[in-house]
This record gives sequence, C-alpha cells and structure tokens, in this order.
Amino acid sequence: MKILITAQGDFVAPRFDLTAEVVIATVDRGALVGKPRTIIMDRPSPEDLSNLIMEEDISMVICGGIEDRQYQFLAWKKIRVIDFVIGDYQSVLDRALAGELQPGDMLPLTRGDLSL
Amino acid sequence: MMKKTFAVPGEVVLDDLLAGFPHASAVLDEGFKIVTFNRLFEALTGYGHDIAVGVYAEFILRSNMGNSRGQVFQRVLETGEPATIEGDIINRSRKQIPVRFTVSPLHTRRGIHTRGLLLVAEDISTMHATGRATLYRDWSTDIIGHSPKMQAVFEIMPLMARTDASILITGETGTGKDKIAETIHRNSPRGKFQFIKINCGALPPELLESELFGHVKGAFTGAVRDKLGMFKLADRGTIFLTEIGDMPLPLQVKLLSVLDDRAFYPVGGERKEKVDVRVIAATHRSLREQVESGAFREDLFYRLNVLQIHLPPLREREGDIRFLLDYFLKDYATRLGKEVQSFADTALKLLLNYHYPGNIRELRNIVEYCANICRETKIEKEDLPRYLFDQGRDNHAAAAPVAPATREVRADTRAETAPEAKAGGDNWPAVEREMILQTLKTTRGNRSKAAGLLGWGRTTLWRKIVQYGLDEPAGYRGEKR
Repeated sequence: MKILITAQGDFVAPRFDLTAEVVIATVDRGALVGKPRTIIMDRPSPEDLSNLIMEEDISMVICGGIEDRQYQFLAWKKIRVIDFVIGDYQSVLDRALAGELQPGDMLPLTRGDLSL
Repeated sequence: MMKKTFAVPGEVVLDDLLAGFPHASAVLDEGFKIVTFNRLFEALTGYGHDIAVGVYAEFILRSNMGNSRGQVFQRVLETGEPATIEGDIINRSRKQIPVRFTVSPLHTRRGIHTRGLLLVAEDISTMHATGRATLYRDWSTDIIGHSPKMQAVFEIMPLMARTDASILITGETGTGKDKIAETIHRNSPRGKFQFIKINCGALPPELLESELFGHVKGAFTGAVRDKLGMFKLADRGTIFLTEIGDMPLPLQVKLLSVLDDRAFYPVGGERKEKVDVRVIAATHRSLREQVESGAFREDLFYRLNVLQIHLPPLREREGDIRFLLDYFLKDYATRLGKEVQSFADTALKLLLNYHYPGNIRELRNIVEYCANICRETKIEKEDLPRYLFDQGRDNHAAAAPVAPATREVRADTRAETAPEAKAGGDNWPAVEREMILQTLKTTRGNRSKAAGLLGWGRTTLWRKIVQYGLDEPAGYRGEKR
C-alpha cells in the first residue's frame, strides 16, 4: 500500500488545501519499500492533490487540518485519512508504520530549527 | 498550574490580560511558539493549554495568512509594525472559519527589541456570511413568515436575546428550531462567541457525555489525550442541545448540575471546570408527557423551560405556504440558473392543500425537486413529486389564498455555523432516492450524465448518493481494498 503525507519542509503541512509538497511512501507488510519520494506540485490545490491521491492509488493520507468536504471525498473513495497530525514527517511515518498513528496526534517537536 | 508571566510593565499575569480580550488571542515567544492563550483561542482552535503551549503557533492555528513558514511573524518581529490580515483557519471540526488576524509586537519595558508577539484572531464569519453575494447566499439561515403565529414568535425573540435565561424551543420537525436558536444567539450579547450545536439523540450515552463534558487522558480505553467538551468550547457563548428529549436520564442529572452550578467534572477528571454558557434546548417531543412517563426529569424540565418558544407547524401558518413557495422557487431558479418563474394553478392548488408533515424542510425539498425537474417557465402538476398525489386523502385544505405573495425576511442571521438542513419530510427522501436511482439507470451509471439530467452539479449528486447510502458508506475509514 501507499501512504501520502502532506509536507511542509520537514513537517506535516498544517493544512491539506495549502499543501504543494507531498511525500509518498510505499509499504509492504509494515515495512518501507525503497525510499519515500517527494513530489512538488505546481501550486497548492486541494483538487489537484485529490487527483494525485487517486492517480497514485494511495491508501492512507496523513495530513494536518483538512476541510470536511475534502475529508468526506477521500473517505468516500475508501482512503483512510489521519488528520490533524502535528510533527516531523519522518517520525510521523515511523509511527504510522508501527500502526500507532491516530488522528490528532502531536509528536514531540524534536527540532528546534523550523527552517523559517 | 502556575500562571505564566511575561516581560510587560508590572509583570502582569498574561492569562488575566488575555482573558479580558473579546477575541481569540495568544502570546508567542521569539521563536513563534505559543506562550499562553485565552479560552476563546482554545475554543477557536480546539486545542487546550496542556497540548498547545510550547508548540509552533502556525501548527495550532492552521491559517492561510501566508505564514506557513512564519513569514508574517518574522516581518512583525523585524519591523516592529503590527500586521492585520484576513484569512481563515480550519478548526478541529474540519470547518473553515473566516478570521481577521492581527499580529502585534511585544517589547520589554526597557528594551527596544521585540521579545514576542501578540496574536489576535477575530472570528469574522458572521460578517462574511452577511456580505456574501446574493447568488450564493445561504437562504437557509433566513427566517421567513408573516402569519400571526410567526409574528408572535418574532416579537418575543428580541426579548429572549436580551436575557441569559435558558430557552426551550418546541415544534415539529422542520419548523426551524435550529435557526431560531441561532438567531437568538447571534443577536444576544453572547453573539460574538461560539454557538455550539449538539444533537442529544445522535450519539450513544457514553459518547454523548464525553462530547458534552470532555474527558481526561486515560478516562476510558481510547482516551489517549485530554479532550475539551462542547460545554467548554461554548464558554461565554451558547450551547444548543437539540433533541433534548432523547437525552439519557443519567446525563440529565449531570446537565442539571451544570445549569445550577455552572461547573462540571470532565469524564474521568478530578478538577471541576467552570463555564459560562447559555443553554438553549429544543425538542419535537412533548417534554411534559415525557416527564409524566418518567423519561425526562421534572426538575430539568423546569430548569430548561424558563423561557419557551413554540414554533407552529406550517399547516397552521396561514398564508406562509404560498409565501415560502414563491420565495424558495425564486431562490432555486437563481441558484440553478433555471428559467422557471411560477407555479401553474393546478400545481399550486395541490401544494397549498398539502399538509406538509415535514414542514418547511419538506416544502423546500419539494420546490427543489420541481425546480430541477421543470423544463418550462411554469411548474405544472406533472413536475411535482409523485407522493403528493398518493397522499391526497390525508391532505387538509389550507386556508391560504391563491394571491401574489410578498416576501418578508424577519430575521437574518446568515451565520457561519448554520447547519445544512437534511432532506426531510416523511416521504421526500425516498422520492429523491428513487429519482436518483432511476436517472442513474437511464444513464447506465454515468454520474456526470445523471447529474446533468437532474440539473445538479456532480458534487450535489455525489453528496446525495452518499446521503442516501447508494454507494459504500461515506464514513468508511478502513484500508483501501
């Protein structure tokens, strides 16, 4: 299965609709297959992002805040959405792989430098 | 918990200062992490102190003010000039809320360097709703009616908005209880604060208690973190408990104690939470009968029934049916870009004589159906939903004269939290469901073509397909097969 994380720098992007960067990880039996790849989109667009999620055949989306309309659309497409996640995406991915990531999770922000 | 101080004259306790602000406010440090915030900020974002303090503010705020990497904060910090930006946030209910952000620098008493920032987030959703373009405005928040019974309701509403007493709104389904509650809230001194609606009949008792009063981490299996309840989120605002007659007895006791003490214990909590909330309750049942049968506590009934509004069913609102038919037809014609302008006499006669068990919600759905189906400028009898003909024997003649109606909008809230009305009426959803199925059959399952035939957008069709369970359940959150 494939996991998509909306990203902003090293962190999960605070908003789904303003995301222009995503990280896609392929997972097999709970382990990563290869290196996660990063895709930079032309512009932040929830519609384009939803299309990308469909085209890439994503099974799980990990994001920050997401509007209900977009959430319902993804849920309707049988995509599991873990939303309102705060943290650096690597730790978030690790927790997701361990099957422990829940909506609203806030991971310890280990990095002092937020690359502003 | 020890209160935080900051370098302001006299070492003022910041929490006290922020508590006096009429808008959601937070103080940030030089690294743009949250130092402290007030209850309104808590209500706006859905994050409590324990979680959000020390976290980078934009992660909590989720705004679109072009501050994804703290650019706005950085600018204010460097220039020392405040910035005001209009945008929105996404709250924990996945709702987009228009907000005006003001970011101001905070200095030390002696120093010239900015030591932190004050962030004020003003909820401007009401202003936005009022200023919305006519074509797309949400008429569902209008309250329309000129019958004597509705006039009486309109007369009493301003008086109810001025007091802080509990209100009980009664009336059949579809009579507009939600809208009346919200209008009273918006016009009350609490209007600028939160209006939180919760359906007491929609959740199992355990979940309802947690939703209403919140819970602490570890209170039960799955309670992995503290959660603020609706009462806490509605602090200084209004909580609207709809279908109060369906509230389980044990929770009624807890609600009574909140009304009396203005404080409660979250589920599993040891610390009493104080709240300042106005309660408006609504029900379509007879609470007196429920009291007599032992299903509703008498003391709670009297506590809620300080002020009472009864909304008359549509069949008792002389003249309003015609009035509403014209109003909704005009509205739908504009929204759908249709030429349809009026009802033919035969159709009108049938509509005026129908008894509308689903009240305004049903009437509105009927007009939506007609506006979609009709291909001419006049709605004929054939354009009406079929079930209206089947129920002819149940219809009682309405006293409405077939005369040109005038439009009167008595109260206009157009607030952001207006809930979307669900398809209602006893048989209407079934008719609409059938209509969708038939059209999909015709188009061999092609949804774009079906949406076109029905005169809807694809999104509307999708929403209705999900609503009527014509596809997989929308709430499915499992792995993709």
